[in-house]
Amino acid sequence: MTNSAEQLPGRAMLHPEMVAAEDNQAMYRDGHRLDHAEGASKPLRSRPEPQPRGAKIHGNRPIDQAEAAARFIASPEHEKMHDERLWDLRQKRDREMHHIPEWEQLRSLASAIKEHTLTHLDEYLDQFEAHARANGIHVHWARDAAEHNRIVHGILSDHSAKSLIKSKSMLTEECGFRHYMASVGIEVIETDLGERIQQLDKEDPSHVVVPAVHKLRTDVAKVFADTIGTDPENSDVHYLAEAQREATRPLILAADAGMTGGNFVVAETGTFVVCTNEGNADLSANVPKLHIASIGIEKIIPRLEHLAVFVRLLSRSALGSPMTQYTSHFRGPRAGGEMHVVLVDNGRSERLGLEEFWTSLKCIRCGACMNTCPVYRRSGGLSYGATYSGPIGLIIDPTFNARKYSNLPFASSLNGSCTNVCPVKINIHEQIYAWRRELVKRHDVPLVKKAAMKAAGELLSRPAAYRAAIASADVALAHLPRFVIYNGLNAWGKHREVPHPPKQTFHSWYKANRGGTQ
Amino acid sequence: MRIGLFVPCYIDAFFPQVGIATLELLERFGHEVVYPRDQTCCGQPMANSGFNTDCAATEALFVRNFSGFDYVVGPSGSCVHHVRDNFDAIEQTADVKEVRSRTYELVEFLHDVLKVDAFPWARFPHRVGLHNSCGTLRRLKHATPSELHEPFFSKPMDLLSRVDGIEFVKPARPDECCGFGGTFSVFEEVVSTKMGYDKVGDHARAGAEYIVSADSSCLMHQQGCAERIGVPLKFIHIAEILNGASA
Repeated sequence: MTNSAEQLPGRAMLHPEMVAAEDNQAMYRDGHRLDHAEGASKPLRSRPEPQPRGAKIHGNRPIDQAEAAARFIASPEHEKMHDERLWDLRQKRDREMHHIPEWEQLRSLASAIKEHTLTHLDEYLDQFEAHARANGIHVHWARDAAEHNRIVHGILSDHSAKSLIKSKSMLTEECGFRHYMASVGIEVIETDLGERIQQLDKEDPSHVVVPAVHKLRTDVAKVFADTIGTDPENSDVHYLAEAQREATRPLILAADAGMTGGNFVVAETGTFVVCTNEGNADLSANVPKLHIASIGIEKIIPRLEHLAVFVRLLSRSALGSPMTQYTSHFRGPRAGGEMHVVLVDNGRSERLGLEEFWTSLKCIRCGACMNTCPVYRRSGGLSYGATYSGPIGLIIDPTFNARKYSNLPFASSLNGSCTNVCPVKINIHEQIYAWRRELVKRHDVPLVKKAAMKAAGELLSRPAAYRAAIASADVALAHLPRFVIYNGLNAWGKHREVPHPPKQTFHSWYKANRGGTQ
Repeated sequence: MRIGLFVPCYIDAFFPQVGIATLELLERFGHEVVYPRDQTCCGQPMANSGFNTDCAATEALFVRNFSGFDYVVGPSGSCVHHVRDNFDAIEQTADVKEVRSRTYELVEFLHDVLKVDAFPWARFPHRVGLHNSCGTLRRLKHATPSELHEPFFSKPMDLLSRVDGIEFVKPARPDECCGFGGTFSVFEEVVSTKMGYDKVGDHARAGAEYIVSADSSCLMHQQGCAERIGVPLKFIHIAEILNGASA
């Protein structure tokens, strides 16, 4: 990262997604990256690599994450950029961590605060509601996604609002909010740059913090050319960012209502906090007179002082920056304005009752587990075919639909790096393991796999049969990887060589060299 | 002391030299090492795939084979992790608990129990990249993982640095998973092999001649990946180096 691109003026102001993958051959003059024509340093690619698309969705049928991941890997420019960009975030996170001597204590503290709050959730939610009402905030309760959407629609109808600007919110993704709003004729304009790109491309966010991180700038150029009329040949990030700003700013200024999520809700003050890097939540909240905040009930913390713990962890974990550019506290409506908070359950209470999985509610949506996950980095977030991708997705998605997301807990090597980076110490990899057991118990696994595992279990528990099966190592190769080639294809040997069978097994060597007794 | 030698199934079948090196190494320190003949597997492949009930009989067999030893030692971190941390398909009798708590992975056994500080017979004048498997690194805690803000230590490095002539290289992503992951290696074979390609490429760029690890399963996967894409690396289990393998 000694590239002169680091010193480019304005680079720090760009949304991370708008910064192209490092290009070692790029040329710079007077601090500006030279275009192909100016630099003449590298050949023009005839056609950019097409953007790989996410998992194929077939109603309730199990998502085939592996299939979508394979297509992502088959697009090497995308895969390489994605892996390196997110690994870079992970490294920046590590650097920030090393600046904080009490990092591990902070994580423990954050985890303890969340666990305390989740086990007293009703009390704190009641406290928040009372204090928020006293602050002049309208508080609504939504049992599920449909109720959330209806409530918001109702508020908008009361104000005859026809357009809504909103900042990024995973909760509204959960609720299928944009689709619902489209069905009732209300225009939604995403104000987070990455999320806006995704909206224009009719794709879900692929990452909870950097929603378009799977796209190359050539992909963005294509989306903008198709939707806001930019030059399809121009993928310069400054040009694209500026064009988007010009196209969206009038929509923001004319919007009837604004919507944000909420990163933290403080019970004792009846206030909430929104963290962004673009200031777009502040536009969404402050430009129109009507501000609606949709917030999951697990976002609550008891006291304002607890915020200090989480704010120190959030952006360091997410992007490796000490703090988000904007940490905005919303305390009540402005003069002449109106503020609504919709507290949404949508499966959270039920999750809270799951003995092995309730601590997944501690999640503060920093995305650190995604950035560190070697599987996620090589698969792209859209391969998961779910609102939440990456390690946290593997343990949350099945709570929404165990059948549809039954493959996801298997999309992990169980390496455990996710657990170690988690700022609130969710034992993510252990929950992935536990979900595998749970899905087998619920019979949400393929029958062929089931039969193979049963056969393996039987063979491995009968020494004589087992020895006969692997009498020579050549035979072993055919038999031992039963659990390895259960799917009928030689999945081991497709992209790697099989082990070289030795002359004899350890067992035969021992018998020959150490005699017959034990 | 009397040690039960645990030779995991894939080491028995594909890497007998690792079992032999482990046996000989433990004997060098004057211990009685016994290989129970009826052993097969610890049950991990089924358990990791969620089929816990299918490994009950295999776990019971493991306990029958390894009861009564002072220690059970195996040269495979992920198998030992299974025995110690997950092995719960069978009733947790006193005997089962006893076997589980006495089961050690070779590196930690040498480092923590035997406290070995010299391998005078070992010489390995090569550049090696150390691969800590995720099982040894993040479960058995062989070393400090890069994600945590904790003082650095590395048990395999401690042991290997007592081998004459050895030189370590530093890959860019030293503790990134290589993509083996048990049945993950076939369930997600494309992602798994891509991770493997990246891993061997990282070590090769760092100048490694050998990748050394306490887990033959990771090495089996990495070797398969390296051979497929033509990365000229060699692979060796830590037991072999510590037992004096020359190359």
